[in-house]
Amino acid sequence: MVIAKTVDGEIGIMPQHAPVLGVLVEGGVLRVKREGEVDLVAAVHGGFISVADNEVSVLAEVAELGSEVDVAAARDALDRAQASIEANQEDADAAIEAKRARARLRAAGEDV
Amino acid sequence: MGAQLRLLRRRISSVKSTAKITRAQELIASSRIVRAQQRMQAALPYEREITRAVTGVVSNAASVDHPLTVAKDNPAKAGVLIVTSDSGFCGGFNANVLREAEALRGLLESRGLEVIPFVSGRKGVTWHSFRNRTMGGEWVGFSRKPAYADAKEIAGVLIDSFKDENGIDEIHIVSTEFVSMLTQNVVVKRVLPLEVEETEATESTQIPPYFEFEPTAGDVLESLLPRYVESRIFTALLQSAASEEAARRRAMKSATDNANELMRVLTQQMNQARQAEITQEISEIVGGANALADAAAGKE
Repeated sequence: MVIAKTVDGEIGIMPQHAPVLGVLVEGGVLRVKREGEVDLVAAVHGGFISVADNEVSVLAEVAELGSEVDVAAARDALDRAQASIEANQEDADAAIEAKRARARLRAAGEDV
Repeated sequence: MGAQLRLLRRRISSVKSTAKITRAQELIASSRIVRAQQRMQAALPYEREITRAVTGVVSNAASVDHPLTVAKDNPAKAGVLIVTSDSGFCGGFNANVLREAEALRGLLESRGLEVIPFVSGRKGVTWHSFRNRTMGGEWVGFSRKPAYADAKEIAGVLIDSFKDENGIDEIHIVSTEFVSMLTQNVVVKRVLPLEVEETEATESTQIPPYFEFEPTAGDVLESLLPRYVESRIFTALLQSAASEEAARRRAMKSATDNANELMRVLTQQMNQARQAEITQEISEIVGGANALADAAAGKE
């Protein structure tokens, strides 16, 4: 089962799902539940999910597997982004940065 | 005679050092092709999937009228992205691309369109600025190793101009397609507006008859199409990078071969000259000795 976050909300895809094409949110976490194995978790920033013929493809501009996330660096990025949000409420770049950093931390299994 | 010999020696040594340079360039290019090919391969799945997704949306939601899919009634301007290389030493690589771009320009102008070139690669940029052609955009510095961010930047400029009322109405790409180490073809592709192709549906490429969209088909298309254009441009850049190295390898190989052939001919000439010099010296000595002997015989 694949769980992803589209702009409409969370979507869970089981085998034999009807064909879907969805837009993923910035800073989302994608989870693939596998039988008898640990979940595959990835931080996915933007992009699409397409389901057709029992095949799920995720097209992302930037994606990172949870196991490959540098937790310290992500935390650092989050702190920096939050600092610049506090300094300037309108900072859209920093807001996206913060979202991305949070997604990376969540993918790595950290609490945010 | 001595002067000719010295001249030949000097030419041989200069040809030899040129051959060393071209040989090194050839080897560098060969190793770079492999890496460029790997980058090309790595980008393939993404491009395939995104093309599939775009095909899915467009063939499922014929009712979606998106500015990026609909051809304008009377197009006035066409943008042509010309992908060339930054450095030379690659034979006819850039000349081929630019010739094809000129042909496309003629074709578009005969349809009454104004052509605006967007040029990537230093060679193409200098070619255009030398002829005082105004460019819609120019990018240099990454022809050997293009990154996705480079493609994104180019796509951003093209799409902005495409969306603009007074901007371009069509986007074409002229680039070199990498078929194999020995074959690279210049190709012209229209990226936007999308071309509707009637293709035989095969088992693997078949698009399911219905698709659900999250949130709506229009929204999906809105964010999908720019990615699609980026991906197409990225592929063109990568293919062009691999082709550039392949063209360079071939050009440098024939340069090395030529230098070796020249060296062979010159060495032969040099040996001939040296031999002629020696023969002359011997005959001078023999002649001199004979003259002396004759003179001595006369005295006695």
